[in-house]
Amino acid sequence: MSQSAPTREVARRVFASEFNDAGYTFTESDDERAPVYALLPTGESSNRVFFVGTLTEKEDVGEDSEYWRGRIVDPTGTFFVYAGQYQPEAASKLRDLEPPAYVAVVGKPRTYETDDGTVRVSVRPESITEVDAATRDRWVAETATRTIERVAAFDDDGNEYARMAREEYDLDPQTYKAAALSALEDLDEGDELAGDAADEDRADGDTAGDATDPAGTPEP
Amino acid sequence: MSELRQEAEAIAEQFSDHLDVDADEVEERLENLVNEYRVPLDEARRSVTNSYLEDAGMERDELGRGGSESVLVDEIDEDEQWVDLRVTLVDLWEPRSDSISQVGLLGDESGTIKFVAFETSDLPELTEGQAYELSNVVTDEYEGSYSVKLNRTTQITEIDEEIEVGDNADTVEGALVDIQSGSGLIKRCPEDDCTRVLQNGRCSEHGQVEGEFDLRIKGVLDDGETVTEVIFDREATEKLTGMGLEEAKDMAMDALDTTVVAEEMADDVLGRYYRVTGPTFGRYVLVDEMEDPGAVDVESALIEARSI
Repeated sequence: MSQSAPTREVARRVFASEFNDAGYTFTESDDERAPVYALLPTGESSNRVFFVGTLTEKEDVGEDSEYWRGRIVDPTGTFFVYAGQYQPEAASKLRDLEPPAYVAVVGKPRTYETDDGTVRVSVRPESITEVDAATRDRWVAETATRTIERVAAFDDDGNEYARMAREEYDLDPQTYKAAALSALEDLDEGDELAGDAADEDRADGDTAGDATDPAGTPEP
Repeated sequence: MSELRQEAEAIAEQFSDHLDVDADEVEERLENLVNEYRVPLDEARRSVTNSYLEDAGMERDELGRGGSESVLVDEIDEDEQWVDLRVTLVDLWEPRSDSISQVGLLGDESGTIKFVAFETSDLPELTEGQAYELSNVVTDEYEGSYSVKLNRTTQITEIDEEIEVGDNADTVEGALVDIQSGSGLIKRCPEDDCTRVLQNGRCSEHGQVEGEFDLRIKGVLDDGETVTEVIFDREATEKLTGMGLEEAKDMAMDALDTTVVAEEMADDVLGRYYRVTGPTFGRYVLVDEMEDPGAVDVESALIEARSI
């Protein structure tokens, strides 16, 4: 099996609140083109993510060429998505979409350091598609389950990424479990509209300033 | 594995219940006869087998099925195992090499598996649709796919019985996270028995040809833990996207570009969850059935989450 096809990186399921905390990145080899992983604070490596949320705002923040930023909100916070000339399909999707809309995003974690030294985590999208509420609910349920599973395995012997998370972060994985459970409970209440509105308020509170801080814009 | 080695292992296996014989010793004796004394291989095999029969105080017909195990094709998950199968010959393919006498697909109720028979083994020809008992075949592995090799010691018995062939169906669920190149409106080589997908109007076997349009999607389903590559053929693609071949051709004609079809399809299917069922072929699951998993059962997800 010496020349098996390179394996595709799995798309992790992670809520925005955890994703935005995943500021530590690493590679598994010294190869120049080795994939870069963001370390999830619940103890998992992540070279790709898949998430579904509500696109609440979009803006062309580019100077010379189009560079689109989208805010995509889930029950725990906001994902920031940036697409420019090297992601033409995702960029044109952001240009065309009218918020609010449910969108599904496949993309790569990207980190950048602001002038004041804060590490911000964003997503460089591979694809963005408009989806329905059922898809969004399925993602929330799935992501809650995956998150809780990661937290449950956090203290397992030999959980290499949990060990790394303990070293690199000062973050309690139980907070992500609590957020995941509360996201599921909100779904269970079934009152989607009210739930979404509350989520957005909470998300805005958590991440105030992120969206409007120009220093937070990564290079295209 | 060399042919001598194969023979040696088969012989050692046949005596494994009766004598303490190892394959290296058998191979050495065969090698001596074949290479040193120029004895034809089947004569050498006979002679070596006879001497072991004598050691064991056995008659030739007591040597039945040796130690190989009777298995279903779906249970084969290890390289170089000696096994017995009860199978139907599902399909014969064109051998790609002169050393191969027959190649094709065998099946039993658990699924199907590729088989190869070599010219040098001098085996009777198998007939499509016929059921057989095959004893002493060797398993083989290539990039995670298993096949079986018939060999000189393989006993082939026709059986008068219908063996229903299963389809090795796998069910995979996940979000469709990628549509790979070679999806959408494609052209296939029109040559007989060649269905290769053309790259820039060229078939890798037949060169420049006038291709025939077809639809397919090569996609990736991802459940957050594993990724599975899946192929939707024309029928499954039409069902998935609601777009037929004619519509796709019109769309490509209007845009003077075939890639618009895959883009349009991607818009409808990327980022959605699907559950698909079908046989696995190499790295791909070939989609026979597809369903939208529908609304999520939040209550059971909550119960599960609280129990973790």
